[in-house]
Amino acid sequence: MSKTSRRKFITTGLAAAAGASGIAVAARVARQHGLIPPDGGGFYGPGETLTYAAQRLLGRHAMAREFSRSEISQNPFANEVDPLGDEFKRLQAASFVDWRVTVDGMATRPGSFSLAELRSFPRSAHTTMIGCEEGWTYIAEWSGVPLSHILDRVGALPQVRYVVYRSIQPDWWESIDMADALHPQTLLALGMNGNELPVPFGGPVRMRVPRQLGYKSVKYVNRLTLTDNLKSFGKGKGGASPESGYAWYAGI
Amino acid sequence: MGTSLPITDRGGDYGRDRGGRDLQSSASEELGSAAPAAPRKRHSAMVRVTHWISTLAFLALLLSGGEIVLSHPRFYWGETGNVNMRPWLNLHLPSSRDTVPTGYGFVLPDQNGWSRYLHFQAAWLVVGTGLLYLLFGLFAGHFRRNLLPAASDLSLKELGNSVVRHLRFERPAAEEAWSYNVLQRISYIVVIFVLFPLMIWTGLAMSFGFDAEFPMAVRLLGGQQTARSLHFLATIVLVLFLLVHVVMVILAGFRNRMRAMISGGAIPPTE
Repeated sequence: MSKTSRRKFITTGLAAAAGASGIAVAARVARQHGLIPPDGGGFYGPGETLTYAAQRLLGRHAMAREFSRSEISQNPFANEVDPLGDEFKRLQAASFVDWRVTVDGMATRPGSFSLAELRSFPRSAHTTMIGCEEGWTYIAEWSGVPLSHILDRVGALPQVRYVVYRSIQPDWWESIDMADALHPQTLLALGMNGNELPVPFGGPVRMRVPRQLGYKSVKYVNRLTLTDNLKSFGKGKGGASPESGYAWYAGI
Repeated sequence: MGTSLPITDRGGDYGRDRGGRDLQSSASEELGSAAPAAPRKRHSAMVRVTHWISTLAFLALLLSGGEIVLSHPRFYWGETGNVNMRPWLNLHLPSSRDTVPTGYGFVLPDQNGWSRYLHFQAAWLVVGTGLLYLLFGLFAGHFRRNLLPAASDLSLKELGNSVVRHLRFERPAAEEAWSYNVLQRISYIVVIFVLFPLMIWTGLAMSFGFDAEFPMAVRLLGGQQTARSLHFLATIVLVLFLLVHVVMVILAGFRNRMRAMISGGAIPPTE
């Protein structure tokens, strides 16, 4: 082995060792700070973790872009949903007076709120864009109860790390971390463009997470669960989307 | 090490390929040693490694990006666009969603899950590789030495001559095996400093999370759908570049150019 190739060999070895231990340290720090998403393992884990960690580090509290009322889309697209179930239809026939959102899990005062109660809670509104992972978008004014208000009301325990939310429709559920759950723009949406939230757009209650793609804004929400671990939900990937091959974090 | 690389074969290869004309003498002059001399060094290890990683990432991005487009093969300007709005460009392709009016009587299977995973993984890979290449290019003089065109080559006359030589498919001059010509330099500069940054910018501008952090990224472009349209248009330009690039490599001598980009050595020119 010549002198230069030996030097090259040693330098390369040192660089590789430094790189490997650097990654190990970074992974440990990331885990401690909750920067690894539930789908952070496997072949696509590195890319997912980098995206999630980068966006959380760069702007945990950043606000989704808001638009003026004149920018509200005249032709919003509701997207299609599976045929609505019998339970939904029964509640719909009674104008949703019996619709309830149950909040359970790690809370000191878990409870259940009727639509009328939700409407009486402090309300917030924003004109934001919703976009589908397919590539299409529209802008609407969304109004509803900030999720953070619900978490306050039920006395969410400090160790809660995720909010799992479910639709009345079968197998439709997602989860978000506390950065989004406590974010002021994250709403249990009850209204759209000044009216009650229409059924095709998720009425009577839709989770609205404006910093993520539309598939995190689950329609027909009737249950929230506060947890420190997603492992016990479904296949442990944190939502119906990850279980069907989509990323858990949809900020990109 | 590296016995699968043509290190030990080179002498034999180049004797066979070129019939030994002038080669022995020019190689001997260069290296001042007896045959069989190793081919001369063409590309640095950093250029070769980043070139192939970028190639891999680009093909992954192209495949997954094309697949994602199939879920909505329509493009709009401004902030918003959906099936209820008029696109400026409709690719008239079959779609993986039955909500898109395509005119075809069938719907393709949904592949967006792995496509999106792969797209962002490959994007991180190409961004990381690009940053490494950028540092190397700036500090090791690669940009200044190999990419910056000489001032004398930038006159209209010289540029015109170079274009004419290319259009006539003239064999490249001997020194072009060792240095890029002016059109190569300009196109590489455009790809590296204009198109790649534009792809990253327009890609990030489609991200709701990123736009919350840096709203100007999407405002400056003119909207989220404009970012998507520009991302698509820049892809077309990059694919055209890739096609021309590969054709030129083949015309200029596929074996020698590939060898230069894989093992780093190239056979000294005979002409």
